[in-house]
Amino acid sequence: MPMFLHDARLKRQSILDSLFRNLTRLAAFGVLALLAAILASLLMGSMPAIHAFGFGFLTSPDWDPVNDKFGALIPIVGTLITSVIALVIAIPVSFGIALFLTELSPRVLRRPLGVAIELLAGIPSIIYGMWGLFVFAPLFADHVEPWLNQHVGTLPYIGPFFSGPPMGIGILTASIILAIMVIPFIASVMRDVFDVVPTLLKESAYGLGSTTWEVMLSIVLPYTKVGVAGGIMLGLGRALGETMAVTFVIGNAHELTKSLLNPGNSISSALANEFTEAFGELYTASLIELGLILFFITFVVLSLARYMLYKLGQREGKAS
Amino acid sequence: MNTENIENPRVVVKDLNFFYGKYRALKDINLNIADKKVTAFIGPSGCGKSTLLRTFNRMYQLYPQQTATGSILLDGDNILDKKQDLNKLRAKIGMVFQKPTPFPMSIYDNIAFGVKLYQNLSRNDMDERVEWALKKAALWVEVKDKLKQSGMGLSGGQQQRLCIARAIAVKPEVLLLDEPTSALDPISTAHIEKLIDELKEDFTIVIVTHNMQQAARVSDYTAYMYLGDLIEFGDTSTVFTNPKRKETEDYITGRFG
Repeated sequence: MPMFLHDARLKRQSILDSLFRNLTRLAAFGVLALLAAILASLLMGSMPAIHAFGFGFLTSPDWDPVNDKFGALIPIVGTLITSVIALVIAIPVSFGIALFLTELSPRVLRRPLGVAIELLAGIPSIIYGMWGLFVFAPLFADHVEPWLNQHVGTLPYIGPFFSGPPMGIGILTASIILAIMVIPFIASVMRDVFDVVPTLLKESAYGLGSTTWEVMLSIVLPYTKVGVAGGIMLGLGRALGETMAVTFVIGNAHELTKSLLNPGNSISSALANEFTEAFGELYTASLIELGLILFFITFVVLSLARYMLYKLGQREGKAS
Repeated sequence: MNTENIENPRVVVKDLNFFYGKYRALKDINLNIADKKVTAFIGPSGCGKSTLLRTFNRMYQLYPQQTATGSILLDGDNILDKKQDLNKLRAKIGMVFQKPTPFPMSIYDNIAFGVKLYQNLSRNDMDERVEWALKKAALWVEVKDKLKQSGMGLSGGQQQRLCIARAIAVKPEVLLLDEPTSALDPISTAHIEKLIDELKEDFTIVIVTHNMQQAARVSDYTAYMYLGDLIEFGDTSTVFTNPKRKETEDYITGRFG
């Protein structure tokens, strides 16, 4: 009798076990299915535009809803440029924040500063957008852009990028807002990975007489490069797809100019602004194709990052 | 408390006290470290032997709550003097730790890293220096064909010899070894001990060890510490065969600790 009871329980447990295993598998494959479904519906939705414009869609600067002529060049360029400038600003600042928090800051300041950074990461993007439009852009127009015009705009080579009307709204403003938004992400990931560097490793470098700066640059950064790259990619992913904050300050103009002070457009803000007014099959399809392109850019960027890390690891002889 | 008079000491420790916050971890330590000899610090865990070692290159200074008073003279200069240039000090006093700590870079760069901090050597001179250090650390034969590979790919014993090579590449005067074999297998340990014996021709060596046999094998002088006090100091054979103090005898005969 007790034997029988034991068997019954074993059987029930093995059923529960397999049920649980299948549930988790379902959840995991559900993600893949979702990804495939999104990709498929983007592809189907953009078919009319793909048929009408072909590859020319990627290189054409036209965006003329009246005559049904569409091209993605301007939003693509806008998305890439704002994201790249945002990273150029955000990476060194985040590195500085993480360096201060892990190596230099007095113990009492570490927690409050760390929490503040995590809070910044949690602020909804629309608030950054409003702040950007009502506070930052006017300040930028009154104080920074005229200075840029006068001092940087007159230089050879880089001058043209910084001349133009000081309106406060444009590619550069959007990039800076984006930088402010991604700094908390990159900084908190960097801080977390710097924290796991073994104390002995750092002490060995200090023991040879390195300064804090040398220890960070030559020991901590190479030791944590995978994590740091991961944090940067997280920030880049957010910058590429960020919609609301960018929409507020980028100017939403389908123009391609050299100057970073001029208004421009990004893929996500074009989508957000124009979906409600998109009439006609081709217009809607073009917007969906923009979405597909954004999907593709993000995918390529992430894959490239993985490949780069793989190559770095190989070159160091880890594989041997 | 200090006893043995050492002729020609390289390092002179006078009335050294050390504090972790308010806790006094070293109590009025007086000690001479002989030039071009091996001095071992032994004692049970928490006796302050590593703490004492870490005052010699002021490693404790990385941590704001830790302070030291008294003086440690190296060539007549007080190491603990606030005006002492830390980076120059650490060029004169090299250190090797409990666990191998290869830097995340190639074997060559691991050795060159410290040298580059102080000297601007030509490519040729640097190659020579790297070879010299690796030969001194008895690692050259094993790695000469893979200098460009990562130091992290070596075995534990090789990594520790790499760390020793890295420390001596700077040509320090004093070499601090903080339980250098505690993470290694017996064969690697024997390698390192043999190495220590060879290195004392050129360097003044201070070693902290948990292993009393190791202290007996490699050192010329031994300091026995307990709870922050220096209990006994003298030449190794005397301390191990004919200790003056009862506490020392209890520890080395295994009755305690």
